Order: sequence, then C-alpha cells, then structure tokens
Amino acid sequence: MTTAPTEQQTAEVVTEDAPGRQMRWQQFMIVGALVVLFVIFTIASPNFLTVSNVGGILLAASVTGILALGTSFVIATGGIDLSVGTTMTLVSVMLAVFGTSNYLGLPFPVAIVLALAFGALLGLLVGFLVSHLGIPPFIATLAMMMATQGASLIITGSTPQYFTEVDGFRNLATGQLIPKLPNAVLIFLVLAVVAWFLMNKTLIGRYAVSIGSNEEATKVSGVDTRRWKLYIYLTAFVFTAIAGIVMASRLNSAQPALGVGYELEAIAAVVIGGTSLAGGRASIIGTVVGATLMATLNNGLQILGIAQEWQRIAVAVVIIIAVWADTVRRRRSGEA
Amino acid sequence: MKTIKKRVLGAVSILAVSALTLTACGRGDASTDAADGASPEGGSGPYVAIVSKGFSQQFWVSVREGAEAAADELGARITFDGPDTESDVEQQIQQLQTAMNGNPDAIGFAALDSEASIPLIEQADADGIPIVAFDSGVESEIPVTTVATDNYAAAAEAAKHMVELAGGTGKVAVVAHDQTSLTGTQRRDGFVDYIEQNSDMEIVDIQYTNSDVLKATNVTNAFLQANPDLKGIFATNEASAIGMITAIDELGRKDGLTAIGFDSGKGQIDAIKDGRLDGAITQDPYNIGYRTVEAALAAIDGEEVEELVDTGFYFYDATNLEDEEIARSLYE
Repeated sequence: MTTAPTEQQTAEVVTEDAPGRQMRWQQFMIVGALVVLFVIFTIASPNFLTVSNVGGILLAASVTGILALGTSFVIATGGIDLSVGTTMTLVSVMLAVFGTSNYLGLPFPVAIVLALAFGALLGLLVGFLVSHLGIPPFIATLAMMMATQGASLIITGSTPQYFTEVDGFRNLATGQLIPKLPNAVLIFLVLAVVAWFLMNKTLIGRYAVSIGSNEEATKVSGVDTRRWKLYIYLTAFVFTAIAGIVMASRLNSAQPALGVGYELEAIAAVVIGGTSLAGGRASIIGTVVGATLMATLNNGLQILGIAQEWQRIAVAVVIIIAVWADTVRRRRSGEA
Repeated sequence: MKTIKKRVLGAVSILAVSALTLTACGRGDASTDAADGASPEGGSGPYVAIVSKGFSQQFWVSVREGAEAAADELGARITFDGPDTESDVEQQIQQLQTAMNGNPDAIGFAALDSEASIPLIEQADADGIPIVAFDSGVESEIPVTTVATDNYAAAAEAAKHMVELAGGTGKVAVVAHDQTSLTGTQRRDGFVDYIEQNSDMEIVDIQYTNSDVLKATNVTNAFLQANPDLKGIFATNEASAIGMITAIDELGRKDGLTAIGFDSGKGQIDAIKDGRLDGAITQDPYNIGYRTVEAALAAIDGEEVEELVDTGFYFYDATNLEDEEIARSLYE
C-alpha cells in the first residue's frame, strides 16, 4: 500500500553503484577477456579490426543485448525469463498486424506505440502470474514462451510478413545517425545507459536486487514486493518489445518462426556479465560486455574460418570460466 | 516398464490432441472429424487419403492443388490433411490414424518424424494398404515409393548458375539451414560438390543458421567482412536466403557479388524483381501432389512403381518469373 521506501538496511545490495570488491573484480575480468579476444583476433586476421567489422559485431550483439538488459532485472530478483525470444517475435508480428495493409494498416508510428504497449501488457500478465498467483518464474515464462510462439504462427499463418510498404522503417535499425554506426547499435547503447540508471539509481533496481538477495527481509522492511515484482517484469518486457521493433526493422519483416533459443543467449550474456542467477547481484555494464563478448567470439571464429560447432563450445567455455572464477574468488574471500 | 510408460504417455497425448482437434475451429474445409475417420469428398473411384506436413502454408496448398488435379484427371477421391505447424508430430500421427480409420485404398504420407510413424505404417501394411511417401522418405522398406525433390541435383543446378554468373573463379560461401536434416545436407553437398568438380571456384566457408533469419544475417555479414573479394553466396532455404539478402543490403555489397537462394516466398521474389538476388531454385510442390496421387493409383492397380519419383525443380530469375510452370511453383 505505502510507497514510501524505508531507509532501513534490508539486505546487502550489490550493484555497480556500491560494487564491493567482487563486482569490480568480475567486471575487470570480463572487460579484460574482451580485450584479450580482440588482440588475438586482430593478430590472426587482417579483416577483424576494421570499422565495418566492429560495427557488424555490435550489430550482431544489439538484439541479444537489448533482450539481456531486460532479463538482467528479472535475474537480479532470482527469477528467470524464458519467454524473451518468442515474445520479441510476437511484438514484431503485432507491429505487422497494427501497421501493414494486410491487417489493420494504422499509421506506422501509432503501430509502433501499440506494439510496445502490447509487449508491456504481456509483461504485466507474467508479473501478475509470478507475484500475485505465486507461479514460479520458470513456469510462468515457459508458458508465455509457448503461448507467444503459437500466437505468432497462428496470426501470420506461418508466413513472414514484410514491411516493404513502410518507407524508411529499415533506417530505424540500419540507418546511421552517427556515421559508421548502425542505429540498432546506438539504440542498444542508449538503452544500456537507461538500464544502468534504472538498476543503480532508482527503486526498481534497488528492490530487484534486494528481493533477489532476501525477499523476506525486503518484505518485512515494508516494501510491497508483489507490486515491485510486477513493475520489474513490466520493465523487462518493455526492453523485449523494443528488441522486437529493432529486429523487425533490421530484417524489414516479422519472422514468425524465429525466437526460440534467444532466451538462452540473453541469459548467457547476463551470467557472463556477473549477474548472479541466484539473484542479489546485478551488473548492467557486465551484461553489455557479456553480449558483446559472445558476438565477438562468434564473429572472430567465423572470420578465422573455424567451424560453427566450435563457436558454441567456445561460448560454453567462456560461461563456465566466468562463473567459476567468480565462485572461487568469493569462496576465498569468505563471501556467500 | 519404460515402454509401458511411453505408451501411456503416447495414448494420453493422442487423446489430448484429438480433444484439441475436436474443439479446434476454423480449420480448412478438408479438416476431418477425428472421431469417425475421414470421409472423402464426392466423386467415385479409389480413395486415397493424404496426410502432409502442413495445411495452410503455401507450399502445402500447392501440393494439395496438384493432388486434386490428379484425382480429377485420373478418377480418384482424396482427402488432404496436415498438422498446424511442421513440429506437431503428435497431431500428424493422429491424422494418419484417422486416415486409416476411413479404410482408404492407398495412403499418401509426408512424415514429420519418420521414427514415430513406423508403427502405424506397419499396421497399414498389415491391412494391405499401399503407402506412398512424399516430400521426404520414411526410414522403412514399406512405402512403395518416395515422391520428392532431388535436393542434391537441385543444389547442383544452383551451383551451375553460380559458376555461369560469377565467372567460374573466385570465392563462394554457403549459408546452409542445418547440418542434420536431409534437405540441409543434400542441398549443401549438391552445391559444394558441383563447384569443386566443375569450376575453379573455391568454397571459403559454410555456416549454419537453423533457419533463423537473424542468424543468417549475422553470418552473411561476417562472410562479407572476412572476404572483401567474395564472388558468390548460396543460401539453402527461404530463411537463410532472406538473411543473406538483408546482410548484402546492409553492407551495400551487391556489386560484383552473385547471390542465389532456394525455395520461394515474397522476400526472395521481391529481391529477384529488383535485382538484389540473382535467382533461386524452386521445388515443384504442385507436381509433388500430382505424382503422389498418380503413384498411389498405380500401386492400387498393382503396377510396379519406381523406388524414387523425382518431381523436378526450376531455377527462376528475373527472366522467367512469369512463366506458367514457374509461377505455379512459386508462392508468396
């Protein structure tokens, strides 16, 4: 009921703002890993460190990265979101429904706003399932993943929907407001700043981490955790919806069959970045670097002509090393 | 123990699926009632029950049109069913069961999951109903024939055009849809083998997309970054081709680059019309439907049927998009 946050120490909150040594170490390590990768690939191939290829890497990282920003908030609470990929797809399908002449053909800016609102609504629904009905996040978002996938296929009759009739929509993602930098990357970076601000300077981030750290203590200290969980899922889904718009713009189409698997890529980026799956620790900077690291690995190995099967294994190794190194360090310093 | 569990699970899911089928609304007019077997539409002559991999997607609509044309011309009655999506294995098995309940004279079947359908196929065989596999084969000796596109030959045709258009030398890359399915491997190998045996071109890289357009875009982007002198790219299905076209557009690299796709769809057709794609291979779904009914009738009459019926393919580009047989095989 009450919105006034109490200033009691609810639980130990670890974000970038109050990093603690472990957070700094994790960030230092992952940025270091990214630099090392860049050095190796630059030495190995003359085509790696070019403006155009770095643009390509960031472009490849942007959709997964935007999804991962949203997922960071959910994971900070100790929850998980399996529905990001298929929800992103459904938002792009709804954009086609609202904005193309095959369906409703509304003015395109209106269609974009409605598609985003639709995504937000799904976030409220999942938030309600988790916070008010007490359904575990894994189950609630698994159900949402299946439902959104089915809905995308039904609405489109399993056929891609194109936005060719909408002049200039492609430029939203592939235009270059800043020369040499595709707009999708710009949107990703701006959203990263917004997410950082939300996570570190507002109650949404503070309570997300605090719920993940100790939900009972947070509740006892007078925080309406139910309501805040609703807000947190809403926030996450707004990021997912924006990813859906960016993807639709880049592909100039809504691809109904796409989406499954992106949730794991997003979760991997978040985990590599040092956000704890158990909740209670979150790092937006880490998430951004994590997403970039994965895209760099895939791109670099492909440029070196290394088979794709190995790219998956390389990412797997990075995930294990990142999390393991962190665990070892924490055990040494006697932290939980 | 395990098999009992499996069977119970199977029975439960089949029950669930039939309940869903019963309550489903708005499926096409050829949808049959799950409770009392299929009933063929009008006409006389032998009855062929066809269970395909899909129902509403354009490819399967074309297959159905071909099957209906053959039924009209050759004097047969058919029913045509297919699951809602190409991952609904259970629903398809149920439809096959339903088709068998209607006592057909022959069955045309495009298996989504070869393994899962074998018990039913064996049962049909025991009942003396000939089965024609179409679109993709079944891992069994039972079907009298398999009516399908020769994907290996189709991809070799794409390679032939690649060599002609790109001038026979230089680097080529392949954006394949997967490394496990028959279509994925046959299209890849058909293309690669032809290039290696019949030209001085060099295959620099093959990447897989799992039919994910965004992934296809990103791998093509990296191809183009890694090989500033790339002469050609071949994509093995619709999703891979759309991704390929998107990445070439993004980097503005169409000049001096030959791009060839596979299958149909609005994205590729539009790209061919405005020069962003040089051409693509289309299968002939209409012919697949036609030849399936033809083979089924031959089997009913006890005639010998070839083990494989190759239904052909076409290379289409800006010059022949409008030709009748091409237009018939294309869908948006």
